[in-house]
Amino acid sequence: MTLKAWMPATALAAVFALAACSGETGTSGGDTQTASSESGDVVRYSLDPYPSTYVPRESGVTLIQNATVFDGIGGRIEDGDVLVENGRITAVGTGLEVPEGATVIDAAGRYVTPGIIDIHSHLGDYPSPGVNAHNDGNEMTSPVTAEVWAEHSVWPQDVGFEAALAGGVTTLNILPGSANLFGGRGITLRNVPSRTVQGMKFPDAPYTLKMACGENPSRVYGSRNQSPATDMGNMAGYRAAWQSAVEYRTSWNNYWESAEAGEDASPPSRNLELDTLMGVLDGEILVQMHCYRADQMAQIIDLSHEFDYQVTTFHHAVEAYKIPDLLAENGTCAAVWADWGGFKMEAYDSIRENLPMVHAGGACAMIHSDSDMGIQRLNQEVAKALADGRRAGIDISDAEAWRWLTSNPATALGIADQTGSLEVGKRADIVLWSADPFSTYARADRVWIDGALTYDRRDEAVQPVRDFMLGQPGEGDQ
Amino acid sequence: MQRFISAIALSMALAAPVLAQSYAVTNGRVVTNTDSGIIENGTVLVRDGSIVAVGGDVTIPVGTTVIDADGGWITPGIFAPVTQLGLIEVALEGSTNDTSADESPYSVALDVADSFNPAGMHIDSNRLGGITRAALYPGTGWNIFAGQGGLIDTSGSNTSLFETGSFVVADLSQSGAATAGGSRSAAWTYLDAAFADARGYPGRFSGDHQGDALNRYDAAALVPVVRGRVPLVMELDRAADIRRALRFRTEHAPMQLVIAGGAEAWMVADELAAAGVPVLIDPIRNLPSSFDALGSTLAGAQRLQEAGVTVAYTTQSADGYFNARLLTQHAGNAVAHGVPWDAAFRAISLTPAEIYGVGDRFGALAAGYTGDVVVWDGDPLEVMSAPVAMLINGEPTAMTSRETQLRDRYINITDETPFAYRR
Repeated sequence: MTLKAWMPATALAAVFALAACSGETGTSGGDTQTASSESGDVVRYSLDPYPSTYVPRESGVTLIQNATVFDGIGGRIEDGDVLVENGRITAVGTGLEVPEGATVIDAAGRYVTPGIIDIHSHLGDYPSPGVNAHNDGNEMTSPVTAEVWAEHSVWPQDVGFEAALAGGVTTLNILPGSANLFGGRGITLRNVPSRTVQGMKFPDAPYTLKMACGENPSRVYGSRNQSPATDMGNMAGYRAAWQSAVEYRTSWNNYWESAEAGEDASPPSRNLELDTLMGVLDGEILVQMHCYRADQMAQIIDLSHEFDYQVTTFHHAVEAYKIPDLLAENGTCAAVWADWGGFKMEAYDSIRENLPMVHAGGACAMIHSDSDMGIQRLNQEVAKALADGRRAGIDISDAEAWRWLTSNPATALGIADQTGSLEVGKRADIVLWSADPFSTYARADRVWIDGALTYDRRDEAVQPVRDFMLGQPGEGDQ
Repeated sequence: MQRFISAIALSMALAAPVLAQSYAVTNGRVVTNTDSGIIENGTVLVRDGSIVAVGGDVTIPVGTTVIDADGGWITPGIFAPVTQLGLIEVALEGSTNDTSADESPYSVALDVADSFNPAGMHIDSNRLGGITRAALYPGTGWNIFAGQGGLIDTSGSNTSLFETGSFVVADLSQSGAATAGGSRSAAWTYLDAAFADARGYPGRFSGDHQGDALNRYDAAALVPVVRGRVPLVMELDRAADIRRALRFRTEHAPMQLVIAGGAEAWMVADELAAAGVPVLIDPIRNLPSSFDALGSTLAGAQRLQEAGVTVAYTTQSADGYFNARLLTQHAGNAVAHGVPWDAAFRAISLTPAEIYGVGDRFGALAAGYTGDVVVWDGDPLEVMSAPVAMLINGEPTAMTSRETQLRDRYINITDETPFAYRR
C-alpha cells in the first residue's frame, strides 16, 4: 500500500505537509491538527483519529515442514516448508534448514495456505445473538450516510469472530449494511481477540466505502415515500452526493493552496459525510459496492467515470458472469458467493459457475461471505464453485483458485503488500489444514496471525472464548 | 468429463421413455442404507418405477437401458426434510412467496398442497444437488400454527406432490411466544387449548359455538395430530422448551412429536432418545444466534447421534427453497465434526423418510423401494462432487435447470451471437 495523502497531486507541498500529520506516519490521532506558521495555522484534520492499537503477539521462529503448500498467488509446492520469524514469512520452499530454537511442525499429509481474507463481513456490527440491541449494521435513517464508520459499531465480543478464526479467516473487512446508497466506511480487521476494535484494526489498511445498488435502497426509502424509490432515484442520489464531494474537495484544495502560500484564507466548514467521499476521489478510500445485476454494474461504472473515481469491487455481483469483459476493462473486481440466490428479484439469475466464469473472463474474482455462517467455510465455497466450473469446462487449478480466498481480496482491500500470500516479507498469516481444504472433511488445525499461534484445534488453551459465552451452555464449544 | 457414457445413455433413455422402462445403474459404489451396507462395483436394477435388484452380481435383462456410473457413487436420492420448494420463487416478492399467510383467518387448516407449484424454477436446481424427495413446510404467520405439510418428489411433474396432510407445524420458540401474545406461557396455553378444541371436535362446535383457541376449520385440521395419526412438528431451540415439549407429548398421548431447530437438543439427548422423538437439525448451526440457541455447536449432531436420537439434517442456516441442495455439504460437515459417514448420509435420505412414515418406500436402495437413484462423480458428501445422472420414480430426469441455461448462454463471452439469441 502506498501511503498517499488525501490531497490533490497538484499541491505537492501540501501533500507532504499533510502526510506528516495524517497519522499514517505514526503520529497520534486527534481532532484537528495544524501546521503552524508565522502567518497562521493551516487547518487539517487527522485522517486517522481512531488509530490501530494492534500489536502482534510475540512469536518466535516457526518452521512448518513437508506440507502441500498453496501460496495464494497460483503456486503449489509439494513437500513444502514455510519459515516464520518475527511474525513475517522469511522463507518458502523445500528442504529448508531448521534454524536454531525453531518450533518445528511436521505437516506431512497436511496443507498450508495463507490465511483467508473475507472482504465482506458484518461480524461485530450484526453480532450474535441477533437481538434488537445488536442491529448496528445499517444506519437506515438517510440514503447517504457516508459519515458513519462501521468500526464504531463493531462489538469485539462477537462470538462469530472466533468461529471465523476456526475456519481459517485471519483478515476481514467489516462493512455497513446495504440499506443506503452510501452506507458508510468499512474497516479492515485482524481476526484477533481484543477488548477494543482499535486492537483489531489492520495497521495502515485503507478505509473502504460501502455503497449499494438496486432494490435495497429503493425499497427502504421508497416505502417511506422518500427518495430513492426507484433505480433512477438511486442514480440521482449517487450523482448528487458525488457532485457535492467534487465541490467540497475543490473548496478544500483552494483553501490549502492559499493557506500554504501564506494568503489569508478561511477553511471550509467540515462535513464528515463529504470527507469520506473526498477520500474516494483522492484514491485513498476503496469503494466496495453491493450490486447484483450486470446492467446496474454497467451504470455504476459509467457513474465512476463521470465523477472520476474507481469502483474497487462489486460485492454479491450475482450477474458478474454476464460482464467479465466490462469488469476486466475497468479493473473492477467481483466478490461473490458460490451459490446463494433467489431471495430477491436482483438475485434471481444466480448461477453456480459465477466465480470461475468471472475469473476465466479475465476479471479479478474472489469469494466473500456476507454471513457469520458462510465465513466459517469459505474454502468449501470456493471448492464448490471451482468444481462446478470444471464440470462446465473451465479448467482452473486448485492453486489458482486460492487467489479467490487470499490474494485477490488482499488486493481489493489495498493490503496485498502485507498479506494474502505466502511470500517472503509478508505477514505470517497462515493456516495449517488437516487435509485438502477443498474437501468437506478438512479442518483448520492451526491458524497463525502475524506469526503468533492464534488458534489450535487440539489445544483449548489456544481457542479464544469471547466474554459473551462465559457461563453459557455453549462455552468452549465450536 | 468422464461421465460421457452415462450422459449418452441417459439422453437415449430420455428420447424413448416408453420403450425403455427398465434401467440398470452399474459400475459404482452402491450406498444401500440397508444391512447390505456399501456394495463396491454394484448394480441397481429398476423396472417400472421400482427397484427390483441391488447387488454386486445382478443379471441385467436384455432390453435394459444401462447407466454406467463409471466408478462413481450410486445412492438413494436425498430426502430434504424441511423445504419450501415450489412455494417460493423470489422470497422478497410476496406475490411469488406462498409460505405463510399473515392475513388469513385460518391456521392449522392451511395446506401447502394448495400453494405448491411443481414448475417452480428452484425445484430443478435443487434436484441437480441430488434431492429426489422433500417435505414441504408451511411458515408461521399470525398464529403459532403454520399449517399442514406435504411430501413431494423433485421431478417437476404434475404428480410430484405425492402426499398431503403429512404433518402439522407449530412454532413454540421465542418467535412463537411473541406470536402467541408475548411469552412462552401464552404459546403453551394456546397450544393446550387448541388440542382441547380438536379433541372436542365436532361436538364442541355445534350450533354457533367456536373453540377456545381454534375455529371450526382449524380444529378439524388438528384432529389427526391429536389422535396421533400425523406428527406435530414443533419448532424449538432452547433445551428447557424441548423438555416442555416432551412433557406436552406425554400429557397429550397418543400425539407424535418431531422437534425442528433443536439448537440445544444435544443437551436433552437422553430424554429425546428415551422418548423416541426425532430431531431435525442443521448440523452446521454453531453460533448463539438467539438466546434460545446459546448451546449451538458443531458437536451437536455427533452428541445426538451417540445418544441414539433419531436425527435428520436440514439447511436451516441457509434456506429451504434455493439451497436445500446444500444438504450434502451440511451432512459432510457433520462428518468432519464426528458423525460417522453412514449416519450422516442416512440423516439426509432414509431417516427423513422414516420420520414422515414413508421409510418403506424411499431412502434406500433395496428391492421394492421406489426407483429414486442418484449417480455421483464422487463421495456425495464432498463439496466438489455432484450428481451426473438421476432417476426419480424409476425414470431418468433432466440434468438441466434455468441456472444451467444461463450458464450456457454466457459461458462463451466472446461468441459473436448476441446473448439473447443463445439457447
